[in-house]
Amino acid sequence: MIDLENVTKAYSTGNHALNGVSLHIDKGEFVFIVGDSGSGKSTLIKLLLKELEPTSGTIKVNGINLNKMKQRAIPKYRRKIGVVFQDFRLLKDRNVYENIAFAQRVVITPTKNIRKNVPAMLSLVGLAEKYKSYPKQLSGGEQQRVALARALVNKPNILLADEPTGNLDPKNSKEIMKLLETINERGTTVVVVTHNQEIVDQMKKRVIAMHRGVIISDERKAGYIQHAN
Amino acid sequence: MTSVKLGTYSMRISTIGYCLKQGLKNIWRNKMFSLASIATMSICIFLFGLFFCVVQNFQYMVKEVESGVSVTVFFDEDISQDEAAMKEIGAKIAAREEVEEAQFVSAEETWESYKDIYFAEAPHLAEGFANDNPLAKQAHYVIYPKDVEDQNSLVEYLESVEGIRRVNKSVEVANILTNFNLLVGYVSVAIIILLLCVSVFLISNTVTIGIAVRKEEIAIMKLIGATNSFVKAPFVVEGLLIGIIGGAIPLGLLYLLYTRLIRYMGGQFDNLAGLMQFLPVDQMFRTLLPVGLALGAGIGFFGSYLTIRKHLRV
Repeated sequence: MIDLENVTKAYSTGNHALNGVSLHIDKGEFVFIVGDSGSGKSTLIKLLLKELEPTSGTIKVNGINLNKMKQRAIPKYRRKIGVVFQDFRLLKDRNVYENIAFAQRVVITPTKNIRKNVPAMLSLVGLAEKYKSYPKQLSGGEQQRVALARALVNKPNILLADEPTGNLDPKNSKEIMKLLETINERGTTVVVVTHNQEIVDQMKKRVIAMHRGVIISDERKAGYIQHAN
Repeated sequence: MTSVKLGTYSMRISTIGYCLKQGLKNIWRNKMFSLASIATMSICIFLFGLFFCVVQNFQYMVKEVESGVSVTVFFDEDISQDEAAMKEIGAKIAAREEVEEAQFVSAEETWESYKDIYFAEAPHLAEGFANDNPLAKQAHYVIYPKDVEDQNSLVEYLESVEGIRRVNKSVEVANILTNFNLLVGYVSVAIIILLLCVSVFLISNTVTIGIAVRKEEIAIMKLIGATNSFVKAPFVVEGLLIGIIGGAIPLGLLYLLYTRLIRYMGGQFDNLAGLMQFLPVDQMFRTLLPVGLALGAGIGFFGSYLTIRKHLRV
């Protein structure tokens, strides 16, 4: 599903954000990528979203070689990848329903399908009652759930989450993780970038630890501490 | 599913509706800049319309004057009272290719029209000449050329005809009018181009600010998988709407003003009616309305399209 082969990303400053990274993530896997600031986690997400180009190496997602992908094919590729961020990135001037419907409009979904899909997604993330609320009327946990609903409404087969619990308290973090697990159980491949030690330890999933742009360990059903340090 | 072809991909009607709605929202969100753009666009289109009206009317008046341009031919004294001799020469002139019409005006007719003009308020003064036409030797031909440009060659020919004493021509008036018309045209075009550049600049500014305000939204759209056209469309709609609104307002205003002006001029300056023939309102707006609206929409469209292309390398 996701294949990186000897991927290096060097910025113009000479810094190597990634240095010869190779990894393979199977369809339906739940993977944590952990590491300190500057370890290269976020660069990895940006490369997978094709926001950045690798300096060298090959990246394949869903069988497509991203290095060879043409500019105009990027939107179609991104529709198969859901993404959530630490700061939620919701549209503040639109209510919950419109925020999720927005993702469907972007991919030109007929209105009658939007009317069916958005409430279904809201039920999945437990916010069916709050469809009329605006982001500022919601708690951090609720906002992240809206962001999750938006990421999932187009039925992606991969979900990338960049520090999804970074702005949340432990209770909300746990709930978001539970949701991610549910989504994973429904068949979506989930990749979570985090440095939330507690969450990683509890979940007992595959953990890829990075340090200064290289993978220092990659183990299944692992915890955080033994790898990050 | 209803869909229309737009560029290289097909767009659903609901998507077009969405883009329209977003375009309107953009205008509303940047109210002040949108208003400034609409106002500038209105001023530009208003001035364009104004110059257009002036140029069109000038051309119309020149055409009217040109169609009345004639050459008057007076005869040598020895034949100036011999109608048959004069008509013989007249027939020769009328047969020329460049002549549209040759009208014979007898000495009596000349005197009658002279009286109408100069003794209109004191007709008794003319009675003294009742049996002695002072213009007895002023019978003449009024010759209308087919084309004003032929007038010089016609005059040259007429001056060479035996029996003709004097040739009066009025081509200078038409020439002056034509030259002035050209000058007005050039100045108008220069001012209009300048104003259009200002409009494009302002629309571009409005769209740039719209892009800055919606930077985050655009970033999210791109991450979700929106195509370039989908990201660009609301901004283009915004520019297009500003252009159309900025075109419609001044055109409506011009229509009102022009109608009133014609009514006022017609009522106040009856004696100018012959000299100043205004182009009728419906004839003027048959051209001005589509041209003005197309200009507004065109500036709006290209102004926003080029700006979004520059700022959004998506």
